[in-house]
Amino acid sequence: MIAQLTKSERHSGIFLSLVISIAGFLLAIVGRGDPLGFHGWMILAVGAAFLVALARQLDAPEPTEDRNASYYDDPTKVGIILALCWAVVGMGMGVWIASMLAWPDLRFDAAWSSFGRLRPIHTSGVIFGFGGNALIATSFHVMQRTSRARMPSQISPWFVLFGFNLFCIVAASGYLIGVTQSKEYAEPEWYADLWLVLVLVVYFILYLRTLARRNEPHIYVANWYYMAFILVVAVLHIVNNSAVPVSFFGAKSYSAFSGVQDAMTQWWYGHNAVAFFLTSGFLGMLYYFLPKRAERPIYSYRLSILSFWGITFFYIWAGSHHLHYTALPHWVQTLGMTFSIMLLVPSWASAGNALMTLNGAWHKVRSDATLRFMMVAAVFYGLSTFEGSFMAIRPVNALSHYTDWTVGHVHAGAMGWVALISFGSIYALAPVLWRRKNIYSWKAVEWHFWLALSGTVVYVFAMWNSGIIQGLMWRTYTESGTLQYSFIDSLVAMHPYYIARTFGGFLFLLGAIIALWNIVMTIRHSPKLEPELDYPTSSEAQEPAVPAAE
Amino acid sequence: MNILALLIPVTLALGIVGLLTFFWTLRNGQYDDLTGDAERILFEESESPLRPSKTTTIKDHIQ
Repeated sequence: MIAQLTKSERHSGIFLSLVISIAGFLLAIVGRGDPLGFHGWMILAVGAAFLVALARQLDAPEPTEDRNASYYDDPTKVGIILALCWAVVGMGMGVWIASMLAWPDLRFDAAWSSFGRLRPIHTSGVIFGFGGNALIATSFHVMQRTSRARMPSQISPWFVLFGFNLFCIVAASGYLIGVTQSKEYAEPEWYADLWLVLVLVVYFILYLRTLARRNEPHIYVANWYYMAFILVVAVLHIVNNSAVPVSFFGAKSYSAFSGVQDAMTQWWYGHNAVAFFLTSGFLGMLYYFLPKRAERPIYSYRLSILSFWGITFFYIWAGSHHLHYTALPHWVQTLGMTFSIMLLVPSWASAGNALMTLNGAWHKVRSDATLRFMMVAAVFYGLSTFEGSFMAIRPVNALSHYTDWTVGHVHAGAMGWVALISFGSIYALAPVLWRRKNIYSWKAVEWHFWLALSGTVVYVFAMWNSGIIQGLMWRTYTESGTLQYSFIDSLVAMHPYYIARTFGGFLFLLGAIIALWNIVMTIRHSPKLEPELDYPTSSEAQEPAVPAAE
Repeated sequence: MNILALLIPVTLALGIVGLLTFFWTLRNGQYDDLTGDAERILFEESESPLRPSKTTTIKDHIQ
């Protein structure tokens, strides 16, 4: 892959790696005795590793000129592998922490293995590690293919991909050693947050530059969904993570906001992490890969565009539904609730659009597990968006808030929608990217599908039950007007559901492990796809030796 | 609830960016051929992009 970079690009890469290594070294020195110092050494190690890798290949032959006539797929390929690795890590952590809820002694007697420190490794690992890499990889593919143009840079995509993953490993390692802002989906501290802003800016610029050089006049709808994800997440990330470091030589910072002001900011961000990261981005994936795999165009392209603008204008107001019955002003709660309910329309427009696209292709859904992943993802998307709109209604939220129903809702969306569409897209994409006839084992894809579906169903049903039980127990009064149950009573009632949830998550993890294995085997052992050409060529890009006459 | 003095303007600004972008799509003719746009992603066209000469840009394609 390094051999695909030109000499000057390799020099640029070395320069960047040097800058990162030096930055890491400086952080290590000034952050002595602080978690920041540890991260400094880590960043130095990463920078040095890239430096060495590039330097060793510095004198490899330059790539051939004909590469500009093909798409640049190397970052996409690496992104897919990283996504699957993070899936295993993030879901593995999920199974561990779920089991800790049922059996609290399942930990080493150390600070790093406490539930509080491990939990964000799970949330960040699956959302940013698995989801983020899947989004980056698939967006690189979609933006090039739908524009019919190669991306304009061979450095930017690597900076985005590896820079993003550096953010992820700084986050995960930081959690272990106690670094956290305690903001949901925004736990990493100020220095990691600044780095992510840089990564997102480069990502957005790369996207715009690729679209600017498009050979297809129309910007396919999926690109809009991806770009909305990058832009809005970047803006919200910046505002929510506004903080004052105690010193520039330490990890600790204090949020610029506090109390209910901070709570509102957090959920203005947090809900839109769901809305734009986990919804808009993955709808981009759905709108490209589902029609491609079904070999049918989107049922109503017009509706997909309406759905995009509806989602982007409505979703951003919904955040305060996380704060019903708190100190947040009543009218702000109502505002969020209203937009959350309105949101159902554009959301179901997308879900329905996806399912209607499959009309005429249901026989394919029966026999092609990859397409089935995407179809079930669309179903869960419809389910979760209905559930979310429903739970955003104030009196419903009075029952569900702080209960496992919220957790069940999150995982119906995360496992049923986000993960399934990601796996479906990866299974559809891998043979195309690596020019293979098909996935190594279609049976393994089937196994994965049924493990994923049953794992999701077990998990969600467990949490629906435990959540409603919690909610009802907490609001049951005796005849004399006192609470019937203590909190501990409700906790004891949770035990069997916590075991069920661990089992459901474990099934899901098994599926993810099978996926990683299957994709690796596809790359290594699946027979290559030989395109039928009527001209001789040995070029990697399958291009003729001489450009065809116009 | 001072934070709303920040959050609402930022949200409205994002909304306005969205609105202006939408107007751009209208001006740019992005919705002129919705059926074609939906179908064109399915064209197999081998695994290579269109190959314009280095000086060709999108403006040259739209007369």
